[in-house]
Amino acid sequence: MATPTGFQQPETMTIRPVAKASRRISRALYNFAHDPRLWFGVILLVFVIAAIFAPFISPYPPLLYHPAIAEQGPTLAHLLGTDDLGRDQLSRVIYGTRISLTVGIASILIGGLLGTLMGIIGAYFKGWIDQVIIMITDTLLSFPSLILALAIVAALGPSIVNVLIALAIVRIPIYARLARGQTLQATTEGYVTAAIASGTRARKIMFRHILPNIFTPLLVQATISISLAILDESTLSFLGLGVQPPTPEWGSMISEAQVYLTSDPWMLLGPTLAIILIVLSLNILGDALRDHLNPRSKDIRGMGAPLRE
Amino acid sequence: MIEASINAFSYVLKGSAAVVRYILRRILFMLPVALLVSFLTFMMIHLIPGDPARILLGEYATPQSVAALDRQLGLDKPLPVQFVLWLTQALSGNLGQSIQLQQPVVQAIEQRLPVTVELGVCALLYSLILAIPLGIYSATHRNSLGDWLANVFSLFSTAIPVFVLGLALIFFFAVAIRLFPPGGYVSFGDDPAGNIRDLILPMVTLGTGVVAVNMRQIRANMVEVLGQDYVRTARAKGLSEQRVAYVHALKNAFLPVLTIVGLQIGSILAGAFIVETIFLWPGIGQLTIMSILSKDYPIVQGVVLLSAFSYMAANLLIDICYAFLDPRIRFER
Repeated sequence: MATPTGFQQPETMTIRPVAKASRRISRALYNFAHDPRLWFGVILLVFVIAAIFAPFISPYPPLLYHPAIAEQGPTLAHLLGTDDLGRDQLSRVIYGTRISLTVGIASILIGGLLGTLMGIIGAYFKGWIDQVIIMITDTLLSFPSLILALAIVAALGPSIVNVLIALAIVRIPIYARLARGQTLQATTEGYVTAAIASGTRARKIMFRHILPNIFTPLLVQATISISLAILDESTLSFLGLGVQPPTPEWGSMISEAQVYLTSDPWMLLGPTLAIILIVLSLNILGDALRDHLNPRSKDIRGMGAPLRE
Repeated sequence: MIEASINAFSYVLKGSAAVVRYILRRILFMLPVALLVSFLTFMMIHLIPGDPARILLGEYATPQSVAALDRQLGLDKPLPVQFVLWLTQALSGNLGQSIQLQQPVVQAIEQRLPVTVELGVCALLYSLILAIPLGIYSATHRNSLGDWLANVFSLFSTAIPVFVLGLALIFFFAVAIRLFPPGGYVSFGDDPAGNIRDLILPMVTLGTGVVAVNMRQIRANMVEVLGQDYVRTARAKGLSEQRVAYVHALKNAFLPVLTIVGLQIGSILAGAFIVETIFLWPGIGQLTIMSILSKDYPIVQGVVLLSAFSYMAANLLIDICYAFLDPRIRFER
């Protein structure tokens, strides 16, 4: 949808040649390293470690059921209690981290890469290629994103791979628009004109000259997008369209636990806390990253807010 | 006062030709996108592995009926011809027949539409009623405790998934203290008080995440607007700080929010799907999720097409409002 004023391109930064850009980024990263909000990175790190070392950390195998101890609240033996089959909730939450992080990161990598590629190519070559890319972007944005994801999963069938595909497709237009806007701006800069004048090949200009200079807004968008993708993935699994039981996954764990809301509300605690903590820390880190990479937005909180769909 | 309104009126008249041109251009640009949207939705059923007619008729169809439907739907014709046939049917209001419900798709959607519209509109209103004062307060009391609290609230409410918030509200307000029913729906016509009682929890569930986004946006716009010359002039005239904020600044700070509201219609629609499933509201969302799980593809196709078109229409409407309110837009390009 065409939306007026610069809302679609919130990250309008001055673009300087590559050398200066990298110096600017390193200074920003230095500031970022001294931001108290970086402590939320510790939470994120805990999740990443949990995902990688799940078999070594989790106290029980996630699928080991034990009907005798079903539906228990937190105890010393089971810190987050047990579910309706007596499976250890903590172990299942730890294993669930693997799916959330994998789908979250992979869908953004795939969708972000494709979108960025489309945006840069469109803005660089202009003409009919650009028109086609704009039309694809507008078409994808015409669907509310979660409904598009639902439709894709409905067509392909409920499974985690299909959720990954759906969530990647849904993110393409956002990155295409962002990259296109940034590239349009970059192509008017002296270093690009100079590169064109000196006969540099188009591919080199796009990926060696333009991409590094438009990389920071894309990075900021990506941190926020990962949290959105994690939310969407757990939502699809909650609705029964993502991960299928008995695979441990936060959304489907919550879906299983909602039946026991009155008799055993503890069952909701683990997966709920996990989702909120990981999304919260990603959002806060994303905000901090944006503030330091784009100082203009520092005081006007939310001004350069990445596109939320 | 009268003179001012006459001036404003003649100004709008003068601008209206430009607005009409702007609207026509927007619609013209929308046509190919609308066609592509329809094509993608049409292709949905062809993406599913297997024979579309068999999918449409369900698992227990006889080979004869499959062959009959093949012919009836023109599935033996080339794909572009099929698309044109499907599109002409869709344009005349026929989106096919539901497999499970034994009724036309359009009828199934029509019956459930009021429920979803009630939920969505109320959630949007709730979010704006909360976000506007909170955003203004945050902007006029920057770095105060209230601003900080509002920011913490917004961070948390965007981090909590809709379904978690819904279950938490059910747990606290329907199970722990029995203030509201945990789910269900009576129409306003049958029982007005019951309808409102049923509405509160789903509305709060759906609207709270949106409050945060709106609040942040209003705060950001207000902060920017409050730094501008005409606000300084208003202050210099000796107007009260409240009048400056609510009358002078808000008018301009609210414009970008309009665009965001347009984008939110999509997330509210999608959110309604989840909320209806949790609170057992017989709306389009519940219908869609059930249809996906029971492979009732014509319904899913119909809902996807309708939600895309209503989303597009809503955004077009907002762009038009924008063109009326902000003269810079209509003279672009």
